[in-house]
Amino acid sequence: MWKQMLPGIRFTLVFTVLTGLVYPGLVTGLCQLLFSNAANGSLVLKNGRVAGSELIGQNFTRPEYFQPRPSAAGNDGYDPTASGGSNFGPTSQKLSDRVKASAAKFRQDNPAFTGPLPADLVTASGSGLDPHLSPAATDAQVARVAAARRVSAGKIKALEARFIEGRDFGIFGEARVNVLKLNLALDGIYPLAK
Amino acid sequence: MTANGILQITIFFLAVLALTKPLGVFMTRVFAGERTFLHPVLRPLERLCYKLGGVNPEVDQRWTQYAGSLLAFSVFSAVLLYALQRLQGYLPLNPMGFGTLHPPAGAVAMTPDLAFNNAVSFTTNTNWQNYPGEATLSYLVQMLGLTMHNFTSAAAGMAIAVALIRGFVRQQANGIGNFWADLVRSTVYILLPLSVLLALFFCSQGVIQNFKPYTQATTLEGKTQVIAQGPVASQEAIKMLGTNGGGFFNANSAHPFENPTPFTNFIQLLCIFAIPAGLTYVFGEMAGDTRQGWAIFAAMSVLFLAGVFVLYPAEQAGNPVLSKFGIQSAVTANQPGGNMEGKEVRFGIAASALFATVTTDASCGAVNAMHDSLTPLGGLVPLFNMQTGEVIFGGVGAGLYGMLLFAILAVFIAGLMVGRTPEYLGKKIEGKEVKMAMIALIATSAAILAFSGASTVIQFAKSSYWNPTLGPAIANLNNGGPHGFGEVLYLFTSSAANNGSAFGGINGNAPWYNLTGGLTMLVGRFLFILPLLAAAGSLAAKKRVPVTSGTLPTHGPLFVGLLVGTVVIVSALTFFPALSLGPIVEHYLMQSGRLF
Repeated sequence: MWKQMLPGIRFTLVFTVLTGLVYPGLVTGLCQLLFSNAANGSLVLKNGRVAGSELIGQNFTRPEYFQPRPSAAGNDGYDPTASGGSNFGPTSQKLSDRVKASAAKFRQDNPAFTGPLPADLVTASGSGLDPHLSPAATDAQVARVAAARRVSAGKIKALEARFIEGRDFGIFGEARVNVLKLNLALDGIYPLAK
Repeated sequence: MTANGILQITIFFLAVLALTKPLGVFMTRVFAGERTFLHPVLRPLERLCYKLGGVNPEVDQRWTQYAGSLLAFSVFSAVLLYALQRLQGYLPLNPMGFGTLHPPAGAVAMTPDLAFNNAVSFTTNTNWQNYPGEATLSYLVQMLGLTMHNFTSAAAGMAIAVALIRGFVRQQANGIGNFWADLVRSTVYILLPLSVLLALFFCSQGVIQNFKPYTQATTLEGKTQVIAQGPVASQEAIKMLGTNGGGFFNANSAHPFENPTPFTNFIQLLCIFAIPAGLTYVFGEMAGDTRQGWAIFAAMSVLFLAGVFVLYPAEQAGNPVLSKFGIQSAVTANQPGGNMEGKEVRFGIAASALFATVTTDASCGAVNAMHDSLTPLGGLVPLFNMQTGEVIFGGVGAGLYGMLLFAILAVFIAGLMVGRTPEYLGKKIEGKEVKMAMIALIATSAAILAFSGASTVIQFAKSSYWNPTLGPAIANLNNGGPHGFGEVLYLFTSSAANNGSAFGGINGNAPWYNLTGGLTMLVGRFLFILPLLAAAGSLAAKKRVPVTSGTLPTHGPLFVGLLVGTVVIVSALTFFPALSLGPIVEHYLMQSGRLF
């Protein structure tokens, strides 16, 4: 092994430069050139200020907005500097309590909705930053949003339907609604009363 | 299960099948040092590497020299990573100031034991992470440290696999190849070009790639949201392709900046299996009989399909504990149903279940859903996958050399049954090879069981060195009851298998877990590789014996069945008691509504 020491040191440096510096540097240059919006986080502007990223969920709490899934990222949820899930196992008392409370709160806030709750609506995502809801989970909130914005439920439903994205190529993943994009459109078309 | 879910799994498997031969043919040429279509562009780079490394790639190394080269490289690159992490506060490309006197709020300190765990973790292709990336590491460490190890630990795995194959196919030879040549060729011709293409693809879909400080956003409700940034796409590509699995962010491939769409998710899945599947073809081609490679492929496929079709229905069935709160557990037209805790809406149940199976079949360990929140039977599959020693396609290289170890055992067992000296690929399998295979197997299993057992009983005083804030080692768990034991078992299983996925609730960032986990990873990597290289050396020196009517054919369904049986029986015998204390009993407790 002793004769292999010197090549060991030299190859450590060679690979550090090649794969740790040249490769990511090259990729950064190309990405910034070709896909600069995506490379910088698909940021969304509102009135010239960064209002978030269309890939990263936000914590909406007001009734006028479609509200996202529970989030375990950070203390208040949806903190992109502390991504992650609850890591509660299926037999966790804390999980059971949290889901029970979320379900009760949702039913209280949305008395018009009486069906079974969509599974994603009361469970926390793996990233804590899930930007999406299932179409069923946004459907369930249409009546509340419409009442809070003093708009007919039909109009809100029509807007929400435009934001339903199908499976990729009709096959991969699941249908979904991007909550931030939908809420931005809501603010644009049916602005909040000042 | 839904028709669409089964379709997603089927398309994935067919895509892997379609990639196996073309990738295998290409890689065989690369490992043989033959000219490929990339040589006009990349041959000068390959030559430059040898020149800077100061080696002659034509030198044929004995197994001891080959192992020495691997160890020297591993030691120095691990030391460099350790130093980079500890010194990151003094180094550039650190816009958030990690490791400086003024780190951002919520930052995790890079202690000596954490830096050790992580240096070992990335050197051994484990990529277990006891820290959240976005709150711990500078961009420089992510690149120079982690991205670099993602390449080299994968390339080293491929090198070892090829060296072992050479052991089987060479006759009366002293050497098993040249480690540096294998390492450089794997990186330059296979991993680098594919990574550049994949990184560009991922970025086009939304994966970020920049060196900017974190972005301050003002949300629609007027609150501040700090959005983490970084050079993610370049790391994401090799993280998947090299079956590394260490996330740039804590949430790994569940994070929308790592895996933004179901389509990127599908490509990430393909990346995990592509090279391990291709290597089975390399094996067949080098052995001069591609049926030998397809037999290995078939055995791996049987085990993969068995796993995914246990995990997927378990997750789709959901959690009866939650159903009673009026939650839809069945799939409907516009919501996924099932157990969505820890899963992303864009992936749903099927793509998450497939990912959890694939990432633990291969020693990848990237996750697109939190395994800690899987149902008990859903969590049993990843645990068992890893406990097979990661041979179901497995890590790049590691899967093939692991499966060849089981092939040695399978022909040995068959030989015992008929009272004949076993052979594989015309080489007599004798005491030395079987002993080496057993050392590899026992060392990794013993590390898992001993440390898991110790962690459940060991007591430390609070403020002791080993677990200063929490005291006893089980105080670091996020769950009680059998699931809590599952968290400990998963930690050491994942470490020994060099997988890196986690039941992430466990707080592993304490000296006890950082050091025992790191030690387990070293055992899982090097006490597996070194005996195998020794076996390769001994096999290479042997003459090939002619095929007779008494030779067990190793390319037919009989051998595939024997091989699958050996993998399952050896793993089950070793781990069934531990599994029954964890996920198995948990399953029955969940059905009866018992909570912890």
